[in-house]
Amino acid sequence: MIPLQLVTIALVGLGGLAVVTSRDPLRQTIVAGLYGLVLVVLFVVLQAPDVALSELVASTVAFPFIVLAALAKLRDRRRE
Amino acid sequence: MSRNVRLGLFAAAGAMLAALLVWGFTGLPAFGDFQGEYGWILNDVAGHERHVTNVVASVVFDYRGFDTLGEEFILFAAAIGVALLLREARDDRERPRDEVRSDAVRAVGLMLVGPTVVVGLYLVAHGYLTPGGGFQGGVAVAAGVVLLYAAGRYRAYSAASPHGLVELAEGAGAGAYAAVGVAALFAGGLFLENVVELGTRGTLASGGTIPILNAAAGLEVTAAVVLLLHEFLEEVMYPA
Amino acid sequence: MTVLPYLLAAWLFLVGLYDVVTSRHLVHLVICLIVMQSATYVLLLAIGYRSGKKAPIFTAGVPVKVGAVDPVVQALTLTDVVVSVTGVALLLALVVEIWKRAGTVDPDRLRRKES
Repeated sequence: MIPLQLVTIALVGLGGLAVVTSRDPLRQTIVAGLYGLVLVVLFVVLQAPDVALSELVASTVAFPFIVLAALAKLRDRRRE
Repeated sequence: MSRNVRLGLFAAAGAMLAALLVWGFTGLPAFGDFQGEYGWILNDVAGHERHVTNVVASVVFDYRGFDTLGEEFILFAAAIGVALLLREARDDRERPRDEVRSDAVRAVGLMLVGPTVVVGLYLVAHGYLTPGGGFQGGVAVAAGVVLLYAAGRYRAYSAASPHGLVELAEGAGAGAYAAVGVAALFAGGLFLENVVELGTRGTLASGGTIPILNAAAGLEVTAAVVLLLHEFLEEVMYPA
Repeated sequence: MTVLPYLLAAWLFLVGLYDVVTSRHLVHLVICLIVMQSATYVLLLAIGYRSGKKAPIFTAGVPVKVGAVDPVVQALTLTDVVVSVTGVALLLALVVEIWKRAGTVDPDRLRRKES
């Protein structure tokens, strides 16, 4: 295996660990966006550009938006 | 059951699952040595049979088109599920203000709307020639529309995505996919068979029914994602 | 060494599962489900990979003799990524409804509330 693949696999493993160990959901959303970007790099290294494009738009745009909107709704209620 | 009991149960079950996974994965063929014949055959013949250069797009929309029909309807049903759960009688009297105060966010957000929509449409249109396709481009176009909201222009955003039009577009996208399949039946072939004339390879006019299915999927994904984000934003806008 | 990507998929799955079990906030739980789902993507793509081959896009000018990786697993994964966005949205809509009715998003406190 070429070194680029080894480094990317190690980064993805660390990224997954970082996502699950951040406890505050707001902080976790940002870390999850970064984890999605590292996954995109892994998919490109595994020669899958279509899947990389899908993951790019989904994890940088769609997921953070929905999660942040849900969190904003939860915080709104707490003020009442 | 208490938390400690739950953790102990997970430790035991998790250890067994980990052992099973490791034992299973060491029995797979080595990484980089895939043995599947279907993939080899497809890579060789897809260019000649369907006149497309993106083999993955031809698998998604032609060789495995029936699975994509199922996925589209999952998308459709999930968007309707979210709308049913979150939509309730809302008071329209209070008009939401534009809450974003930072000028930099508003300027950059507005500048990025045009390029995002254009890149998304490019991805959808050229999906069967270069990497891309209906699914990826659809989410990108929806991102461009929602960027209007993030840039602080709520009125422009709600004018760009009127509720009735978005729902109509979603239903039209899902229905068009199934309609193409039925049209293939009328043309004398099987359901979802490629009965339109294949063009020249490498140009936009190639692939038979693949561009039509590609566009239908792109329309449906765009509308579904805009609908989802709209439902969540409405929840935040009008705290019930 | 050649089994490392599969072990990565198993690692991601188990780490996500551990956190689903020990989570204290339902939105945190949903994000860990996203990590578990990415484990399946990594597994699928790692199975279909062939050393030294390129992506299965044969634009004019690229010789076919170089060979390509398997396109079928990529087709499975790419629709899956986009559909999982709507799945997560449905889950978060349920979380918002739970918040409206029960007033809390802590799974432990929810369990004790109904008993």
